[in-house]
This record gives sequence, structure tokens and C-alpha cells, in this order.
Amino acid sequence: MSELRELYQEMILDHGRHPRCCYVMAHANRQAKGFNQFCGDNLTLYLDVENEAIKDISFTGSGCAISMASASLMSETLKGKTKEEAYIFFQFFHELLTHEQKQTPAIKGSEKLTVFSGVKAYPARIKCATLAWHTLLLALREQIGISRDQL
Amino acid sequence: MPTFDVNKIRQDFPVFQETIHGKPLVYLDNAASTHKPQSVIQRLCNFYSYEYSNVHRGIHYLSEQATEHFENSREKVQHFINAQYVSEIIFVRGTTEAINLVAQTYGRRYIKAGDEIIISHMEHHANIVPWQLLCEASGAQLKVIPINDEGDLILEAYEKLLSKKTKLVALCHISNTLGTINPIKQMITLAHANNTPVLIDGAQAVAHQEVDVQALDCDFYCFSGHKLFAPTGIGILYGKQTHLERMPPYQGGGSMISDVSLEKSSYREPPYKFEAGTPHIAGAIGLGTAIDYLNHLDFSAIQVYEKELLHYATEQLTRIPGCRLLGTAKEKVAILNFIVNDNGGKRIHGHDISDILNSEVGVAVRAGQHCTIPLLQRFNVDSTVRASLAFYNTQQEIDTLIQGLHIAQTLFKVSRTTTAQYV
Repeated sequence: MSELRELYQEMILDHGRHPRCCYVMAHANRQAKGFNQFCGDNLTLYLDVENEAIKDISFTGSGCAISMASASLMSETLKGKTKEEAYIFFQFFHELLTHEQKQTPAIKGSEKLTVFSGVKAYPARIKCATLAWHTLLLALREQIGISRDQL
Repeated sequence: MPTFDVNKIRQDFPVFQETIHGKPLVYLDNAASTHKPQSVIQRLCNFYSYEYSNVHRGIHYLSEQATEHFENSREKVQHFINAQYVSEIIFVRGTTEAINLVAQTYGRRYIKAGDEIIISHMEHHANIVPWQLLCEASGAQLKVIPINDEGDLILEAYEKLLSKKTKLVALCHISNTLGTINPIKQMITLAHANNTPVLIDGAQAVAHQEVDVQALDCDFYCFSGHKLFAPTGIGILYGKQTHLERMPPYQGGGSMISDVSLEKSSYREPPYKFEAGTPHIAGAIGLGTAIDYLNHLDFSAIQVYEKELLHYATEQLTRIPGCRLLGTAKEKVAILNFIVNDNGGKRIHGHDISDILNSEVGVAVRAGQHCTIPLLQRFNVDSTVRASLAFYNTQQEIDTLIQGLHIAQTLFKVSRTTTAQYV
């Protein structure tokens, strides 16, 4: 069960079970929907962006533990960050999940996100973990629509 | 068990002689696709190695032989479903193409604005979307037979839906998600009393029970080879000769014409009218071999055995605290669709469960929506786990599934002390 424990770390289970920032944001000025057709995971991401910064972030949706925990930890991490910082975090997270050899250099504030490094061993789950992040890109680009595989 | 020895059967399937990541494969995803017996694999190998040629074309030895094998397979299919004429058997890619063919030919010719097509709430997307496309193009309307909480069609509602406007009924024989065996014989009789033809999606039926299209009196019957222990990319549309003769062609091209001029072409008789281009020759021949394989088994013994497996699996799953079965119709096949909760009463997502089953105990199941989004919405769930059995599965494999579900519940167990520490 060791590799599985690596995937389902306690923090992931906890955030999957009790996602933070999980509510409809009435004052959101940006919003995007993400949908993983393969397994039915779906989420709506809400942003309150002011002066190029993410003043507030929340989401609603349903999905597996990995996708919900990812949305939860992403929201926690990005609250108060600038758009530019958000793109750097996106890049960090993407590399964390996809680069086999490279040791992804940690950036400040990314410590919790490293709990997702176990996903690498489960290629089918990478889409679960990245759904929230791709939806974030959509929201930041102010494209309101459905994200499938286009990103 | 009468004349059925599952261990002997398993010897026929090479995949069960192997291990995956050090574990024997426990394959419970048969509603998605079935494994192939050695005889089918060998047949493909031989055909491509020594007998390969195109069909219905060359006047040379290999082509004549290939044509003969190809057409023999058509006859095997004819007898397998007891069609009256061999010309009623059309080779297609699979159930999806079979349904689309009917929608695009029969549908476009005979279904007009204001007409109605009846489907059910438990249809696979393949028996929903082709009709929606047809409705969009023609102005016809789709009507849906509701289902009850057990997963049975509500027949009174069906009878009320049938009207002068109803131009086609399209129904699954067996639900791929619930396992429900629909009373299609009775439903066909009702439709015919209303002068309405009926298409049956038999994708989930042919591997689990004998199908007699003449006894059913269905107008169209569709199924895939790959769910019947045959290769992918080959499937069957059965249509009554009287319909096929009146239907326009599906695709245009070689093989389907009797004469072509630059101004106008004339088409061949069924089934060739519907088979443009070079077909999946090896697939069709492999399907014939799969039917040979099934014919040497005792189908009634298979049914008894699968029922026992279903009974055992249902009993075992029901014993797991927090496990709920979707699809508890009295008449059903061994398809078990369920959700599992953790000890805190929160549902463990199907995708998490299937991953744990796969990596911990080597069990292959399907998780998600099973190409039946409207049906899952009816049950108010967004994702379930489906274990679908075939005659090569065993009780021990069901025990392994149960063991895996216990592991999932252990992993997801809520320990009161650990929550909130990361808040």
C-alpha cells in the first residue's frame, strides 16, 4: 500500500474530504467551469481579481479526492497572489506532475502542493490533479466556458 | 453447476495465464469490452499470415477464399441470432455505427417534423445522440420512457407515450449501467400494435443470453463484436429485409453499387448496399470464430453460472457498510453498479476506488458515468463504480473485489484526530 499512501497522503485525504474555499462567491468578477469528461469531475472556479491580484478565490464542484484536494490547496495557495505569481505556481505544479527526472525547484509558498508529487506514478490521475489549475487559466483569461482537453 | 467448468474456460483465454504487476488479472470490466479466446486470436493471426486478401473483388485464389470466409461469418451471425435471411446481416464497426446507420438512412427517409421517437432514460449515449441529431435535422421530437428507483422501465408510461406520432422506438435490450433486462418482447408487441418499428441496442445482451430476432420480432437489432469475445471494429446491424430494401444507402463508395455513371449510380441489394468500401475482413472472420467458440459452450449453463455470480456478488457488496447498489431490477445480468461511502458517510469517489482496486488487488473495473450521464443524473450521482462480469469470472475474483473495497474504506477512514490540523 506504500505507493498508494504516497498518492493519498493525509493532507490530500483531508482536503478531499473537507475542501477549503469551497463555496459560491457572490462578488466574483471572473468565473470558469472545468469538466473532466473521462470521469465526470466538474468544478466552477470563482475569482475576485483586483489590480492584477487574486483578492479572493473559491470553487464548487464534485470529483475524486485528488481533484477536490487539488482545487482546495490551489485556492488556499493562490489567495492574495498576483496573476503573474499564479502563472508561476501553475508552471511549478505542472512540472511537479509531469517531469519524471527533473527535481522541480520549490518556490516560496508551494510546500503543501508537493503532496501531489505521488500522482506522477498514476498517469491516469494527472488530469484529476490539474483540472483546477487548467480551470484557473481559463478564469484568468476571462474565458467562460468548458475546459476539456484544449489546455 | 451443470456442464460448466470455469477453470477449463479460463484456459481458453491467454490473458488469464499472465500476471499484471505481479498480480493475476481480475477483469471485471466486461460491459466495456470482453477478452478474446485463443481461437479468435489464432484465427486473426492465420488469416493475416496466410489467407489475407480483399473480398468481393479479385478473381484469384486468395480473394475467393477470403470472400468465402467473410460470407461464412455472415451466415454464422445469421444463425447466431436466428435471422430469417443472410441478407439481413450488415457488417458495421459496432453498435454505435449500427444505430447511426439506421438514424441516417431509415430515420432520414421516414421520420419527419412533428414525428416522435421514443427512447428510455437508461440508454447509452450511442442510443441517444444519433436520435438527437436526427431530431435536429428533421424537426422530430424525442420522448423518454422513465425508470423507477430499482432501474426498471415504467411500462405504463411507455404505453402512454406511444401515439400516432411515434415513428420509432429505440431501446436497449440490457442496460450497460444498471444491468436491467428490459421486457423488449412485450414492448415490441406494444409498438407494433401502434404500427411503430423498434430498434434494439443489444450490445450488452448477446454475450449473456440467446437472442432470437424472429421470436422478438424486432425491426433492427444492433451489437458489437468486441463485447462478444471477438475483435474490435466489427459489429452487426440486423434489419428486417422489408426495411432494408426500402432504405436508402448509408455511405457511398465501392462494393455498394451495381452500376455507376458520372450522372447517376444504382445500388446493390442488401446487405451490400450498406457496406461501402473495404470492410473489416479479419474482424468479421474473427467474429465468426468467436461465435463458433460460444456455440461449443452450453449457453444455458453459462446463464445459470452468471446468475450465481450475480447473486454472490450482490450479497457480498450488500454486506459492506456504506455500499449502495444502483440497479436492483429483478431481471438483470451480472452488472454491479455501486457507490461506497467512508465510515463518516461521505462517498468515496469512483475514480479513487477504481485506482485503489487496480493498484492494490489487480481488479479492473469501470468508474465514471458509463456513457449514461442522463441515467446517473436520474439517480443523483456523478460517478459510480461498475463491476461487470462474464462467464470466465469466478467467486474468488469477487472476493478480491470485496477485499479491495475494504482497503479503500480503510484508506479513507476518517480518524477524528487528524482532521483540521492543516487548516
